[in-house]
Amino acid sequence: MGETEDGVRPQRTVFVTVGTTCFDALVRAVGTRDFQQELSARGYTHLVIQMGRGTYTPKKSDGEDGSLVVDYFTFSSSIADYLRSASLVISHAGSGSIFETLRLGKPLIVVVNEDLMDNHQSELAEELAERKHLYCARPQTLYKTIADMDLESLLPYVPGDATPVAKIINRFLGFLDD
Amino acid sequence: MPFPMQIMALGYVVAALTALVLLISIRFLYVVHRSGKLLHGKSQRSYSTLIVLGSGGHTAEMLNLLSVLEKDRFAPRFYIAAATDNMSLQKARLMEDSMSDAAGVKVGKTAKYLQIYRSREVGQSYVTSVWTTLVATTHALYLMIQLRPEVILCNGPGTCIPLCAIAFLFKVLGIRWSSIFYMESIARVKRLSLSGLLLYKLRVADQFFVQWPQLQRKYPRAEYVGCLM
Repeated sequence: MGETEDGVRPQRTVFVTVGTTCFDALVRAVGTRDFQQELSARGYTHLVIQMGRGTYTPKKSDGEDGSLVVDYFTFSSSIADYLRSASLVISHAGSGSIFETLRLGKPLIVVVNEDLMDNHQSELAEELAERKHLYCARPQTLYKTIADMDLESLLPYVPGDATPVAKIINRFLGFLDD
Repeated sequence: MPFPMQIMALGYVVAALTALVLLISIRFLYVVHRSGKLLHGKSQRSYSTLIVLGSGGHTAEMLNLLSVLEKDRFAPRFYIAAATDNMSLQKARLMEDSMSDAAGVKVGKTAKYLQIYRSREVGQSYVTSVWTTLVATTHALYLMIQLRPEVILCNGPGTCIPLCAIAFLFKVLGIRWSSIFYMESIARVKRLSLSGLLLYKLRVADQFFVQWPQLQRKYPRAEYVGCLM
């Protein structure tokens, strides 16, 4: 994480991702001036938006006036690098994005897309929020979540392990290990 | 034909059909009874394995499971994804190409990558889905006749339903005994997916895994294995 141009503040990037979906409500919410000013107030310097198949394009900003530097792109073959260099991740409720972020140990706010039919995704986001591994929000409440959040209070997520299942499958098929 | 002989001929046909139905029913009950029980008989060194991939996290979860399975025990591997899913087979291919066994030999050469018609696209009306499901099932039959896998790994995409249905049919007809392992997605906390519900209720899967305790409480025949991601 390098220094910003003014050499005063370290770079702290907020990375927003919607995966392969179209989630205009979220892109709009993070594109508002109020929201971006709140991010600045909380010490963030850069905002990068991965907008997927969205139709609404946010406004870029080079942050010359000391405001947030804002950039966006549609897709990337791997968002791992963006996640790694982020100080805060705001993601749609896809399990892939969620666990990729949690496994990197990054603070995460999951925003549920209420326009999706049969929104089973919210189950996972709410469960993990209850276990205090992330914050859960809707596009309209995202501003308040940023204002009220206490990232220190989030509990680290211990990555899961698929070996128990492998053991069961092996035993079922007759492979006798220890 | 004189009248009494007509009756006799009919009698033979009815007897033959009844015997067939009886045989299939007995075989069906045997398959249901043996499903889920440890494989008996001589265990093999390796099992040909069909791996069903899917968009939206399914492939990532499946590849995560594959990373802890001994590759020489599950070979050759056949990866299958819906025709409209562009990324999944690519991801599988990347993983296979990067794998080597203990001796440092590249093991990905025998892997096959196939596409199957989708039973139903997200948001498609249920009425048109009947036809597309029939098309998908016919395609599944065509693929399964060629592959006849001994192990099937799936975790939720609708594409697994026709494949598992055919696999069950193959069990009943004695064409191939496939052990079906179903792992409900980590994204399913309180409710099963449609695929999961079907396979659970119809007892088609040999082993049915769930990753959250709430699901285990609701579906007691499922095996709770914790979060895999």
